[in-house]
Amino acid sequence: MLPTAFEIHDMTVAYNRRPVLWDIDLEIPEGKLVGIVGPNGAGKTTLIKAALGLVPLASGKVEIYGKNYRQQRHLVGYVPQRESVDWDFPVTVRDVVLMGTYGQLGWFRRPGKAQRAIADRCLQQVGITPLANRQIRQLSGGQQQRVFLARALAQDAQLYFLDEPFSGVDAATESAIFELLHQLRSTGKTVLVVHHDLQTVRDYFDYVILLNMRLVACGPVETSFTNENLQMTYGGRLTILDEAAEAMRQREPER
Amino acid sequence: MLWTALVTMISDMTALTLLAEVSGGASDSWFWIVLTGAATNIACALVGCFLVLRRMSMMGDALSHAVLPGLVVAFLFSGSLNIVPLFLGAVVVGLLTTFLMQTLHQYARVPSDASMGVVFTSMFALGVVLIKKFVSGHFDLACVYEGSLELVVLAETVVGLPRPLFTTLVVLVVNLLVLILLWKELKITSFDPALATTMGISATGMHYLLMALVAVTSVASFEAVGSILVVAMLIVPAATAHLLSDRLAVMVPISAAVGVLASVLGYVAARHWDTRIAGMMTVAAGVLFALTVFFSPRYGICSTVVSNLRMSLRVLREDLLAMLYRVEELDRAKRLTPAEAREAIGGGWLSRWSVAALRREGRVIMDGPQLQLTDIGRESARRMVRSHRLWETYLVEHLGMPLDHVHEPAHRVEHFIDEQMAQELKANVDSSKQDPHGRAIPE
Amino acid sequence: MSPQLCLETLILGTLWIDTLSLTQKVMIGTALLGGMAGVVGSFAVLRGRSLVGDMLAHAALPGVCLAFLILGSRNLLELSLGALISGLLAIGIVAMLVRWTRTKQDAAIGIVLSTFFGLGVVLLSVIQKPHIGGNKAGLDSYLFGEPANMLSSDLVFLAAVATVVLLVVAVFFKEFKLACFDADFAQSQGWPTLLLDMAMMSALAVVTIVGLPIVGVVLMAAMIILPASTARCWTNRLHIMLLLAAGFGVAAGVLGTRLGRGLPAGATIVLTAAAFFVVSLLFAPQRGLLAKVIAELQLRKRIASEHLLRALYELNEPSLPQRVPVPIQQIQESRHWRSLPKLLAAEVESGLIERTGGNVLLTSLGMRRAVELTRAHRLWEMYLMQHAGIAADHVDRDADDVEHLLPAALLLELEQQLAATGRLPETITEVPDSPHELGGGPGASP
Repeated sequence: MLPTAFEIHDMTVAYNRRPVLWDIDLEIPEGKLVGIVGPNGAGKTTLIKAALGLVPLASGKVEIYGKNYRQQRHLVGYVPQRESVDWDFPVTVRDVVLMGTYGQLGWFRRPGKAQRAIADRCLQQVGITPLANRQIRQLSGGQQQRVFLARALAQDAQLYFLDEPFSGVDAATESAIFELLHQLRSTGKTVLVVHHDLQTVRDYFDYVILLNMRLVACGPVETSFTNENLQMTYGGRLTILDEAAEAMRQREPER
Repeated sequence: MLWTALVTMISDMTALTLLAEVSGGASDSWFWIVLTGAATNIACALVGCFLVLRRMSMMGDALSHAVLPGLVVAFLFSGSLNIVPLFLGAVVVGLLTTFLMQTLHQYARVPSDASMGVVFTSMFALGVVLIKKFVSGHFDLACVYEGSLELVVLAETVVGLPRPLFTTLVVLVVNLLVLILLWKELKITSFDPALATTMGISATGMHYLLMALVAVTSVASFEAVGSILVVAMLIVPAATAHLLSDRLAVMVPISAAVGVLASVLGYVAARHWDTRIAGMMTVAAGVLFALTVFFSPRYGICSTVVSNLRMSLRVLREDLLAMLYRVEELDRAKRLTPAEAREAIGGGWLSRWSVAALRREGRVIMDGPQLQLTDIGRESARRMVRSHRLWETYLVEHLGMPLDHVHEPAHRVEHFIDEQMAQELKANVDSSKQDPHGRAIPE
Repeated sequence: MSPQLCLETLILGTLWIDTLSLTQKVMIGTALLGGMAGVVGSFAVLRGRSLVGDMLAHAALPGVCLAFLILGSRNLLELSLGALISGLLAIGIVAMLVRWTRTKQDAAIGIVLSTFFGLGVVLLSVIQKPHIGGNKAGLDSYLFGEPANMLSSDLVFLAAVATVVLLVVAVFFKEFKLACFDADFAQSQGWPTLLLDMAMMSALAVVTIVGLPIVGVVLMAAMIILPASTARCWTNRLHIMLLLAAGFGVAAGVLGTRLGRGLPAGATIVLTAAAFFVVSLLFAPQRGLLAKVIAELQLRKRIASEHLLRALYELNEPSLPQRVPVPIQQIQESRHWRSLPKLLAAEVESGLIERTGGNVLLTSLGMRRAVELTRAHRLWEMYLMQHAGIAADHVDRDADDVEHLLPAALLLELEQQLAATGRLPETITEVPDSPHELGGGPGASP
């Protein structure tokens, strides 16, 4: 039996008191490549952010290798959405990748030779070594995504969270990234990827989390990525769920 | 159009002058000071509302500083402090400033706030140097900052009005006219510039028009209140009004009223403590804003806190009722004592209050040492339990959630399900008789 | 360095300061201010907080007045402390307004800025009453700055602040950089982003406030923004940007003081800084507007030339491998040209075409280029159609836009990709069916 890498218990997340994730409960064994799939506004990004402690939980808990996230931070690598940063920021590609090592460095210590070596290795892994000294705005969308991936690799984590790494990237990058994720898995890492191209789910992932405000299914692709579950995930708006969430946000007395 | 308005206004002015004389004679300066302050405030509030809604409040600050070199140059060319060339200078420089900011942002990728800061501070520095170099005798620099509303009465008069007041009134009328004539255009370009452009209303044009108005308004207000306090008059009443209303057509008059109130209060306070009037008007506006922040009926902090507290208390009371109902349902004979009930919903003074409140409302009565639901209490408890169980059924049937994960969400949601939603739920679930745990869903 | 030595250096330094003339003191003071403003300003500009400096400067006024009223002193340190407290209070209020009410950031800044300043004006008028005993000059300098008042003690104070601020930035450089660039990522790694943010803000507040008596309220805001924006034009590295910003700040301080004799020093310093900014904006090597315009023009010229060659190739295609003269009229009709005669003249100049009467003939060099270009273009078209799933009728336009931006390496890769899967189209493999003069040019298929 594989150890559990990532576990969520009874987690509810609310923005402005409006619930966006209802009572999620799931468990991911180590060494899986996991796709997080669901329609827009299903709470995929929120799931990741909640797992990383970036948004507060209304209830429930998140565990990484059996312990609280705070204690296990060093085991976690994160690739945020590409739009989340200012690409005009005056840093080079290598600078950004070096940021992945900051966590291990701790306060005050500067990245030295060892860290630069790590960064160079990660750059090479994602195939953008020649671009190391470019300013990040001068890259294409796919290249920018590779930079973020390299930064996550430099974190040298056990568990990776990737938020839409395939959005706005070219086909070559997509397959390169996927190749890399496979390599990670083969070295025993667990990778969770927010994804919304349903056609590639079967090819890319061996585990899938189907999400639409609540957990529809979580399990191996063969058993969980079924038409019936997809129907449940994508089939129509959950009007009543929406209405209830809205009522909770407004807190209008019912009588 | 403009000129007829001006003529009407001037005849109105004569009426006002008469009014002033009636109300205490020309020697009484307070009337003019308050009037000037109020007119400035209204003129500012009219354009300020759009600045606040367009999230360009700092443009007020930027423009009121940036027009300085325009004023100096206009003065140098015309050789007088006549308002027409001054306004021209202000409009030209104001538009130039707006243009430069946009260009820097668009073509040189300077962040928008930085480009604003770069342009207006440089323009202001230029103005300061020009003043020192050419016109140091005519412009009081400190006045640029503070203004001197006190001196309004000493200024020469135009058509029987002190010049600053006259200037401000002209601007007020212009602002009002633009607002009335271009109301829907301003509204739509502020709300959705892209849509406006597709409808043939130039968002850029309206932007520049608004900026020109801001420039003119701040110049008109310079003499009376100075370049920074004019920022307060542009933004504070508008932001106050924004906290009080949800409609633009309501927000504009409210902001004007707040401006007038601030001028009156400011004047009284300044006289009382014998300090600067313009400064005190600003402080008064700030105080009004602060009061609104706390006590606005819908968006105030107090009302939010109170409604949150009310909500928690309601939830607690309803949880208590539902619990009593369930106990009754399980075992017709079993009843809880108040202490047991309080313990079950978390204890503390809130639970004590809840039990007391339920008794006061007559939803619960004491039956010996135990709590007993009254008919009204049982009715509301029944509705609560019904919502809870319908919701559980819905979650299991429609969302495929596992049985052991539906209680918690249902417990959260049950307080927010109104009759209509309950009907909807009932129509949506197959087994409206029993919940997934096999318990009856009350009718 | 032993403590004794330190002390001696310090004493010597103080003595040295006393030997300076006023102008020199002012210059050193403004240089120190410019330097630190550039450094902390860089972080503010990069975080999109350029106007916070403006707000701080205005919001400091009531603090200064209160400090004077309560402590009754004109001591720079005490007044600055008062300013700092009200500045930080202002930041706090803005944060709370944005968090707790529907008032947006910009309005919140404007409200706090102007209301605090109004309060300051009121307090100032209280101070200026004769029985309180304040005189206008000392506090008025907070409005416009009075660098000429600089005492030796002020200079020591400035130097101390500069040292502390620069040390803080140097020590926390890595952390500030991370929190500035990607706060979410920083937080996921466990960095206290809120604290780091507050540290950056406090540094900004301290610098703004020590600068107030030197350059004045509005112009202090300029000192925060201008050197940083100037430096940004020149570099793509954060540490270089910080150094450059400090340099521009120092230079603006020194030059501005020097050039502005008889004029308000604050204003001339800011105008100097603005001049640096304008020059950098226009002439900086990569991000400068001039460089951009030149690059754009060159690109446009290259694109036009490539369009011409491709058009000529296509017109030649039916009769390949024979090169044939093409009537200008036919070229004119083949697509929309901006100015064909000029373009033709330029191409004749570079030896790619020959003109005979109303006809145009590709030279062998021109043909070789045309083959290359057409091949690249068609490769790209194929790639877009097969990989990117773009509707076929849009392909031509996209290819026109993009082929000029593609590096040679990628083109090669595309070709290999297509060839490897046997999808290199017939028409393209035939392109190198080149005229015999070429003798297997670079367009030849392997």
